[in-house]
Amino acid sequence: SSSDSFRRWLCVQLQYPHVTVIRGYLSAAASLQSSAPKMAELGAGSLLTGDPAFNYQEHELNERLKRLYPAVNEEETPLPRSWSPKDKYSYIGLSQNNLRVHYKGHGKNHKDAASVRATHPIPAACGIYYFEVKIVSKGRDGYMGIGLSAQGVNMNRLPGWDKHSYGYHGDDGHSFCSSGTGQPYGPTFTTGDVIGCCVNLINNTCFYTKNGHSLGVAFTDLPPNLYPTVGLQTPGEIVDANFGQQPFVFDIEDYMSEWRAKIHSMIARFPIGERLGDWQSVLQNMVSSYLVHHGYCATAMAFSRATETMIQEDQTSIKNRQRIQKLVLAGRVGEAIDATQQLYPGLLEHNPNLLFMLKCRQFVEMVNGTDSEVRCFSVHSPKSQDSYPGSPNLSPRHGATNAHVHNTGADSPTCSNGVTPTNKNKSHNKYTGVSSASSSPSSSPSSVNYSESNSTDSTKSQPHSATSNQETSDSEMEIEAEHYSNGVTESSTRIMNGTYKHQEILQADDSSVDDSCSSRQLCGGNQAATERMIQFGRELQALSEQLCRQYGKNATHKKMLQDAFSLLAYSDPWNCPVGQQLDPMQREAICSALNSAILESQNLPKQPPLMLALGQATECVQLMARVRSGSCSFARVDNFLH
Amino acid sequence: MMACLLEAPLRISVLSEVTATSRHYVDRLFDPDPQNVLQGVIDMKNAVIGNNKQKANLIVLGAVPRLLYLLQQSSSSLELRTECAVVLGSLAMGTENNIKSLVDCHIIPALLQGLLCSDLIFIEACLRCLRTIFISPVTPVQLLYTDPTVIPHIMSLLSRSQHTQEYITQIFAHCCKTPEHQMVLFNHGAIQNIAPLLISPSYKVRMQALKCFSVLAYENAQVSMTLVNVLVDGEQLSQVFARMMQRDKPIEMQLTAAKCLTYMCRAGAIRTDDNCIILKTLPCLVRMCSKERLLEERVEGAETLAFLMEPDIELQRIASVTDHLVSMLADYFKYPSSVSAITDIKRLDHDLKHAHELRQAAFKLYASLGSNDEDIRKKITETENMMDRIVSGLSESSIKVRLAAVRCLHSLSRSVQQLRTSFHDHAVWKPLMKLLQNAPDEVLVMASSTLCNLLLEFSPSKEPILESGVIELLCSLTQSDSPALRVNGIWALMNMAFQADQKVKVEIVRALGTEQLFRLLSDPDTNVLMKTLGLLRNLLSTRPHIDQIMSSHGKQIMQAVTLILEGEHSIEVKEQTLCILANIADGNTAKELIMTNDDMLQKIKYYMGHSNVKLQLAATFCISNLIWNEEDGSQERQDKLREMGFVDILHKLTQASDPSLCDRAKTAMQQYLA
Repeated sequence: SSSDSFRRWLCVQLQYPHVTVIRGYLSAAASLQSSAPKMAELGAGSLLTGDPAFNYQEHELNERLKRLYPAVNEEETPLPRSWSPKDKYSYIGLSQNNLRVHYKGHGKNHKDAASVRATHPIPAACGIYYFEVKIVSKGRDGYMGIGLSAQGVNMNRLPGWDKHSYGYHGDDGHSFCSSGTGQPYGPTFTTGDVIGCCVNLINNTCFYTKNGHSLGVAFTDLPPNLYPTVGLQTPGEIVDANFGQQPFVFDIEDYMSEWRAKIHSMIARFPIGERLGDWQSVLQNMVSSYLVHHGYCATAMAFSRATETMIQEDQTSIKNRQRIQKLVLAGRVGEAIDATQQLYPGLLEHNPNLLFMLKCRQFVEMVNGTDSEVRCFSVHSPKSQDSYPGSPNLSPRHGATNAHVHNTGADSPTCSNGVTPTNKNKSHNKYTGVSSASSSPSSSPSSVNYSESNSTDSTKSQPHSATSNQETSDSEMEIEAEHYSNGVTESSTRIMNGTYKHQEILQADDSSVDDSCSSRQLCGGNQAATERMIQFGRELQALSEQLCRQYGKNATHKKMLQDAFSLLAYSDPWNCPVGQQLDPMQREAICSALNSAILESQNLPKQPPLMLALGQATECVQLMARVRSGSCSFARVDNFLH
Repeated sequence: MMACLLEAPLRISVLSEVTATSRHYVDRLFDPDPQNVLQGVIDMKNAVIGNNKQKANLIVLGAVPRLLYLLQQSSSSLELRTECAVVLGSLAMGTENNIKSLVDCHIIPALLQGLLCSDLIFIEACLRCLRTIFISPVTPVQLLYTDPTVIPHIMSLLSRSQHTQEYITQIFAHCCKTPEHQMVLFNHGAIQNIAPLLISPSYKVRMQALKCFSVLAYENAQVSMTLVNVLVDGEQLSQVFARMMQRDKPIEMQLTAAKCLTYMCRAGAIRTDDNCIILKTLPCLVRMCSKERLLEERVEGAETLAFLMEPDIELQRIASVTDHLVSMLADYFKYPSSVSAITDIKRLDHDLKHAHELRQAAFKLYASLGSNDEDIRKKITETENMMDRIVSGLSESSIKVRLAAVRCLHSLSRSVQQLRTSFHDHAVWKPLMKLLQNAPDEVLVMASSTLCNLLLEFSPSKEPILESGVIELLCSLTQSDSPALRVNGIWALMNMAFQADQKVKVEIVRALGTEQLFRLLSDPDTNVLMKTLGLLRNLLSTRPHIDQIMSSHGKQIMQAVTLILEGEHSIEVKEQTLCILANIADGNTAKELIMTNDDMLQKIKYYMGHSNVKLQLAATFCISNLIWNEEDGSQERQDKLREMGFVDILHKLTQASDPSLCDRAKTAMQQYLA
């Protein structure tokens, strides 16, 4: 067949090795999935021990720490997970994965005191940090001190005795605040007691707990970067630490919830004084410009009428952009290119990269059978629908592809129109592994990558039963934003609504949706279309070579082209390692890029101010963590995106 | 002066103008055209909103009876009746005087009657008005219960709407003041009907439902026991309450949920060592005492916490180390603060209003904290200026503060160490004595009970108290109608007589009078009887004292002893009486009063063979004293008692299984052998 000949041609043209090796073998696809979850790497060393109980504990620890300190970026500031075998006095012995501490000195007097610090200091982004120590044995005299100390504080001492060192001692129940003399603080503690130490990084205080009861503030004005520390002084003293390996005796999450509520109400009640009017108009402009940006023309007009705000761009221009975006999102890229060239002459000529991206996409859409250049060949027969009884939107094989797409979706910036819907999609298919891995790259404020920061947030947010309720009752705008994702995504009523809407708007094309979902044959199964596609492929190849000559080699282009072409290497392109390209959601990135380019050419901002503000706020919160402002933990942007 | 003169008539004319417009509103209520009446009521509604003056005028001009008439008239349109209820509700929102006038016009029965209507809007308007009236402190809550059909009907309205739920639960929460009210509501299914409202989507409904449970459960075992078994959406009620105490919930909700659990715990429905008490309720209440809370919340929190831990030493111990509670409470005494006095008159007023409440709450909580544990008492007395605060609290004008202060003092007076040190250093006995002179019974009970402890023999305050003429006061207490006061009076005398001088003992007997002494020996209250016997026993110690008292009151005392030994009394009472007899047997001359009384000797013999070891021991003691060798006439007494068969009994008792009884009998037998 012609596709086979194309494949052969491909192999020759691109020296694309794996195509020949694994051509047509779906089973091999798994080996290509380079985007496997990265999350487990933090505990990778210990995972090698192979002890299932320990692995379980490690898993528990990771889960708990992630839940307690969601704002902490462990690649920047790792959390304490055990005592440090390097940062201790020689009289201290460690065992049980460096969680158990015992005294092995002479214990004659205070000169024999010995301490150990945790592996890492407490990150400010914790907001509120907590660990517990169980007294396994009080030993000879029970001179145990539990507390905090800065790096470099003498370890031949109990915590609290020196500058930048703080402790609560078991023998007398006193607190020691960087001083050799203690203050009466709490009860004494001994064998069997569980002592907790909580550092509040918002107001820089510390309190202890005994057997789950809060003993009240012990220290104020704490310096930053303190390490959990314990000190022992007489033989036989043994204590076990719990940095989150086990559930805590004290209900620390309840305490955190109080502070979260405090910070949230502080934000909610932030005084704006006489600027109320200013604020309102700023907000209205933000909403309005967002609507305009994405081309929600009717909504934007209605909004501006109701709020009496001005729209900079004229209505025709908005409608033009809207039309082009609709075409891209419907997979009719060829028409979109034509429309762009007609409405914005010179635009694509000045943006060869964008044009190349569009053409690549057009090729993919040809494979998909959605682009008009191949659609014109296909006679849409009712038979093809009949062959899929039931809901054509929900073919099970397609569902599998879909899941794959969502998995990798978090790595690549997607959705530019409508932050919320993407969030929701992600949180439905929640891949816990992705979140910490993708949270690392922090873009500089000048080139804020909104969609990325958002998708990161969304994977961390809990799926909320309430959200879906709100969603359905929400404005038309969201439906508009969403329906192009093409009914494939979910079977929820909301999406079905969207599909319906879609058909209504693009009256003539009500078959296009079905095509992409149900008749899954190359180019819609039409021979002529396939030939046209191959011809187009050659043109694309030529374009690539031309660009290469003109502007030098471009790795991104090469990769894009490879990916697009390799779709043909598989007998079922929808179910292959590069099949994600066929997902309608992939249209959103190119759609957004095209939209931005048009706006830029009209001297309008290429990003809507709302997204700019969102990105700025996200960056701000991350910056707060770096300058040790603990409240960032409870002021996360995603808390306010509903 | 001129200005004033000119202004006065002007003001009157303004007033009459207002009255004229008000009169116009009232007149329209009497219009023959019902449509005009309706419009009149609607206009009146708009005129009175937020206007207390207008409300008062309309009431004075007699709008209320007419509105009530229109509301009750079945010929009135539903719309008109509803608008009437709304206007009445608006009038009720005004001053307390407005409420009084409305209640005087019999608005409550009229509105309750209105609830029988089927129209929900009208019912809601009636309920809203009823709610406003019933939550006012001037409304007698009893009016809700006069007609027995009212409660079941209101209960049935709970399912109608979120508004009926809110108003009804609010009415219940305010009108449940006595155990009778609790039982009426309980018997009409309050628990089953209100429990589901705890998970209502409306915060107001949840909150009022929660308040209902707190007033229903207060000191009510039956309600509390039922509550623990109630499930709301498959969840136990205690869990629902615990969730409402989470720290991100509104303070009002946390506090009320803690009250519910406290009351359930005190009624025995939840154990004090249950996690939801120890790890949730107690810490929540401690938080309510913190400086960050409003003054009202701090008062309620402290009072509830005091109530929760009163009977349980473990809870007291935990609370005493939680969040620096003991020193946190010291802050309760700093109102009005010196800062507020200068800067802010409004705040000063607020502080003043709550200052008494704060102090009494703190005293109550200290009293509860220190009621069992010596270390906690020490911690309390070491809190800044604590003893001075108690001393000044004892003489405060507010009776509530005085009572709480004396409760606190009483709790601390259980400590031997504190009696010896801080109590003496601060001469607490002085204000205490003053308090005893002239105080209501509840204060007297606490004060006299504290005095009992201050009169213990090791207390350094005992001497100065004696010198202050306390005996007369205590004797007068023994004549009180209140058993608690009689006990405390005689108890204090008993403590005072312990190892006292002859002079003091004589003074006690003189001041009390033998007549009163014997009246107390037949007191219906066992406690009084026991302490009176204790007093007698303390009086009859050391030989010269025994002989002296017996020589003057021997006959009556022997009579009383006989009476008690013959009567139906507890083992403890009889044991105490036999001990008195043993003391008498220890006297020189007093012995003869027993030896010459064969009947009494038979009684002693009987008790030596009693099944209760304690009584056997006391009786043997008595005999042992009678036959003691080194005393005059011991030979004769030994002979007489041998004849009466005591030696055989003693011999038998030397085989007794109880070691102390066996020893005692052997010692007695040795007197014969020597």
